[in-house]
Amino acid sequence: MDTNEKRSAAAERIGRTPMPEQDPRVRARNFKEVPLGYTEEMARREASRCLHCKTPLCMSGCPVNVPIPEFLHLIAEGQFGDAAKKIKEKNAFPAICGRVCPQENQCEGKCILGKKFEPVAIGRCERFAADYEREHGLVSVPADRTPKNGKKVAVIGAGPGGLTVAGDLILLGYDVSIFEAFHQPGGVLMYGIPEFRLPKDIVRSEVHYLETLGVDIELNTLVGKTISVDELMNDEHFDAVYIGVGAGLPGFLHVEGEDLGGIYSANEYLTRSNLMKAYLFPEFDTPIVRGKNVCVIGGGNVAMDSARSAMRLGAESVKIIYRRSSAELPARAEEVHHAEQEGIEFHFLTNPTKFFGNEKKMVCRMQLQKMELGEPDASGRRSPIPIEGSEYMIDTDLVIIAAGAKANPVLTKNTNGLELNKRGYIVATETGRTSKPGVWAGGDIVTGAATVILAMGAGRKSALDIHQWLSSKDQSWN
Amino acid sequence: MIPILKVEELAPRIFEMTVLNKQLAKKARAGHFVIVMSDDQGERIPLTVADYDQEAGTITLVIMAIGTSTQKLTHKKAGDSLFAMIGPLGKASEIDQFGSVVLVAGGVGTAPIYPIARSLKEAGNRVIVIQGARSKELLFWKEKIASVADQHIITTDDGSEGRKALVTEPLRELLEANIARKEEADAIRCVYTIGPAIMMKFCTETARPFGVKTIASLNSIMIDGTGMCGGCRVRVGGETKFTCVDGPEFDALAIDWDIALSRQKTYCDAEKCSLDRYVKEHNRD
Repeated sequence: MDTNEKRSAAAERIGRTPMPEQDPRVRARNFKEVPLGYTEEMARREASRCLHCKTPLCMSGCPVNVPIPEFLHLIAEGQFGDAAKKIKEKNAFPAICGRVCPQENQCEGKCILGKKFEPVAIGRCERFAADYEREHGLVSVPADRTPKNGKKVAVIGAGPGGLTVAGDLILLGYDVSIFEAFHQPGGVLMYGIPEFRLPKDIVRSEVHYLETLGVDIELNTLVGKTISVDELMNDEHFDAVYIGVGAGLPGFLHVEGEDLGGIYSANEYLTRSNLMKAYLFPEFDTPIVRGKNVCVIGGGNVAMDSARSAMRLGAESVKIIYRRSSAELPARAEEVHHAEQEGIEFHFLTNPTKFFGNEKKMVCRMQLQKMELGEPDASGRRSPIPIEGSEYMIDTDLVIIAAGAKANPVLTKNTNGLELNKRGYIVATETGRTSKPGVWAGGDIVTGAATVILAMGAGRKSALDIHQWLSSKDQSWN
Repeated sequence: MIPILKVEELAPRIFEMTVLNKQLAKKARAGHFVIVMSDDQGERIPLTVADYDQEAGTITLVIMAIGTSTQKLTHKKAGDSLFAMIGPLGKASEIDQFGSVVLVAGGVGTAPIYPIARSLKEAGNRVIVIQGARSKELLFWKEKIASVADQHIITTDDGSEGRKALVTEPLRELLEANIARKEEADAIRCVYTIGPAIMMKFCTETARPFGVKTIASLNSIMIDGTGMCGGCRVRVGGETKFTCVDGPEFDALAIDWDIALSRQKTYCDAEKCSLDRYVKEHNRD
């Protein structure tokens, strides 16, 4: 047996350390975080399962190249604060990423241990290190900072992509201002992902870290309306602009009755609940419809978040209505599992065709149609085909439509010289350069709705390219 | 934080608030709206811009204290501040040279009507304003309106000032008289209506038979005001439109008023619960 084999055998012997969680029956009725986090012992045990491969495949699976074996080693040695600092060399938001990254498709999906056994729980270890650092007051600004270079970069949108760009460029000596439309920074981390999956105090604390690094955040500013991209460049003298505004236009089904009360887009439902804290109404002023028989249309992570929120807001039954089969569910397996544990029912191969309202024009019933799977469509998934005559009715008093997002045109149509594709997304190169010199874009407004970490990865690439462009004498563009 | 420079009670429960927001004042035009939050636990509520002063950097809002959020706002004083304010949102009014324009203002709708009337007047239109209220003491900004109107008709439900009538009566008379002079340069070619949704609906139905362009400014419930949530959606001409980005002004003849009215009542019970709680707390302080 060589060393690697011995280690592998040892790693298997101790097995992947399970994450302690709130009991499903209890947590389905509260907004507290579901996974409770590793203890020090659990983290050291799990981190010590790492084989320390010569060519760590896990790192190649990480969009922002976190030095995974190094930070795992530090955790295994009990140097938890140093582990967090090691991660932060590449990722300013480990407490967020440790919670919301789809690790099974990224670092953990590449982990060699996973070939025979279970991969190292990299995400859980990342979360542990970040939480340890924050809870023990060890968060500090890096000591030897690059001196200011006098150049200014504007970042539009304080979501995960924009925050990453800001975090990278502030460390490289730029003056960075983020312009955010909402009254709180964080983007989808604040309005979209629920408290029980990502506590907002953690987002606030990681954003605050950026501010301590010197990033300026201008809230309540809708670029395209309050100020234009050209004004930022010409009047406010920003040398470069990064657009990370997200997709931000809700998809509707366009079926009869969709405008009745009690029918929400997932964007609205989650924004009311998460950003506006409607789950704490009337302590907070924003109300939300609390349904007893809730139907969520769609099968992605946003649908799972909506369904689980509705359960916590007092529903008696929550159904996920998805037009394809369980095999095509786009949500992460972990999210589906959590939803099932909490009593969410899944209705596959079913699609709404009509909504009916009561005398107050609030939704009260829904007509559904059964579907069957046909040939694969452009997304590679088998496309659902309606079965004629299979319509049936169910009662519902709250419908949440999580049918994807489209490109929000507020910024793009008010910006000169920005090339868009036919679906309204910004055309950009691999590093995010748009058709407008000095302007980069990344995340959902380029790719269409995707994940937090992909937006961060896009931000990372653009930040480097912005740095190269602004430090080079050659100012040619594309 | 947005500094509040002035709060003045114009009429019972109707308040004028002037705030300092230079960037917004630079961009605001007639027809735009803003979203404000009174405090960090408040709602985001849309308010149509009632006036703007680019030089002074100020925005003026007129707020009717009805629910918790509007009461919280109107309990503020000069020297206090708003937690948040974003704008200008929505599309500005299309100010064209129509000939004559009738603007029907109901209650607090008088406020947003004023900058539109002023802009239409500046663009060379003959401006007729019908200003309606339940009774005399609820009328405000009469002088401001008179200063931009060629004809200023006041109606009250109880006849305590002006004509005892609903706003739709003088509107119908004006449109009837207009039939014979349709070809003349200063014929009425546009009707604006801003006020309670039910009033706008009846103005629309009054105008419909006359085939005159009719515009209403909707006051839908919103969250972000940037097209992100779809909470303010309305049916216009058989299509789903968002009041926040496609409006707030729409072709009133194409609006599905039943849906617009019912969607405004979605939170009736919650609003009452919130207000009871607020009033109890406020009176204790």
